[in-house]
Amino acid sequence: MRSPELLRQAWAVASKDLLIEFRSRTAIVSAAMFVILVLLVFTFARDPTAVAAIDLAPSILWVTLTFAAVLALNRAFQLELENQALDGLLLAPISRSSIYLGKLIANLVFVGTVELIGVPLLALFFNVAVWPYAGPLALVIALATLGFVSVGTLFSAMTVRTRVSDLLLAVLVLPFMIPPLMWAARATGPLLAGRPLSEIAGWLKMLAAYDIVFLALALFLFPATVNE
Amino acid sequence: MLLAEELRHSFGSVKALDGISFRLQPGQTLAIFGPNGAGKTTLLKVLAGLIRPQHGRAHVEGGRRAIGWIGHQAQLYNQLTVTENLRFWASLYDVRVPEDVLARLGLEEHASRPVGALSRGLVQRVAIARALVHNPAVLLLDEPFTGLDRTAAETFGRLLGQHAAAGRATVLVTHNVEEGTELATDVAFMRAGRFVHFAPRAGRGPEQVGEEYRRAIA
Repeated sequence: MRSPELLRQAWAVASKDLLIEFRSRTAIVSAAMFVILVLLVFTFARDPTAVAAIDLAPSILWVTLTFAAVLALNRAFQLELENQALDGLLLAPISRSSIYLGKLIANLVFVGTVELIGVPLLALFFNVAVWPYAGPLALVIALATLGFVSVGTLFSAMTVRTRVSDLLLAVLVLPFMIPPLMWAARATGPLLAGRPLSEIAGWLKMLAAYDIVFLALALFLFPATVNE
Repeated sequence: MLLAEELRHSFGSVKALDGISFRLQPGQTLAIFGPNGAGKTTLLKVLAGLIRPQHGRAHVEGGRRAIGWIGHQAQLYNQLTVTENLRFWASLYDVRVPEDVLARLGLEEHASRPVGALSRGLVQRVAIARALVHNPAVLLLDEPFTGLDRTAAETFGRLLGQHAAAGRATVLVTHNVEEGTELATDVAFMRAGRFVHFAPRAGRGPEQVGEEYRRAIA
């Protein structure tokens, strides 16, 4: 299939998902509330004399974003089960890859929105300067997000028809999220401490490699997960 | 136009399809009657390509693009309006929503309402519109009259008549012998994954077909 056609179909699926989320706002509100709650709890629970905010902020940022993302990923295929719309998608003359890419785009927008809420709140609650490093930090977040959302979207499709899909998705996807999250946290620390970008170049390359490998794997495996 | 060859499929020890073979030519409408669990829905899903049969093959000329499908569920998104739903499904087939599709199904005044706010019968009409949006060559219909009032059922019957007159094929699974027979050129009775009767309707009326069905299934 030609790329423009693949992208057109993927965008049709993604824009439909985003329109549904825009109408219902259920998942985005619950994920945003989760982010605010977790950051508030960490803010009040930490002892500022024991650990410096700058040392704690990267871990808290990534723990918060990870679980918020899992909340978001759950909904990706759930809405296709309502009225068995998934059968219609599978019957349509579109490639399975375009369904995956559509879901991936929608999930990236969704998780990106949650991150846009989470990062400024982290800066506010922990009094960490993120604006001077906004560009490099955005790059780290984008690379890590693409990696774990690629994997999460695939697992979301695999688990959606099970009775305990929420639990199963978390159990399956979290081990795969550990590498990008670890690398992202390791890259975020020096960034927020004002170190040069060259110091985290290794982590960025690891994140990029993870993205390429798992995106390719997910595109390859996705058709098998949705076929009968 | 549509070919099924020796289709066999089991779910565990239950034989859902046990050697189903038939062929449909342009203009034919096959009505399949059978009790619950006879394998009718599985047969439609195999024909649509949603289930890969464990044995045999199903072929629809033109592939997925040629199939219009109405299943037990509407395959619509409750949060989207009728128009948005139809536009989405049309976009997957790279076509525009036919201008008259809403009018033909009496949906014009409901076009901007979310599907989730519609009654069961109206949702079924939208599901019919969705199945027809790309003008398919083969319609696979699983209990399509569910929830339709008499007027809507008659309208749908006329649409199916036009579909057949245009040289297209239909496989219709229904419990409603009267409506199913009136639309059919061919009739099949299904029990335990097999066709126990498959023949042209040949002038038989609903009462005669109903009587034959009761005897065949008993």
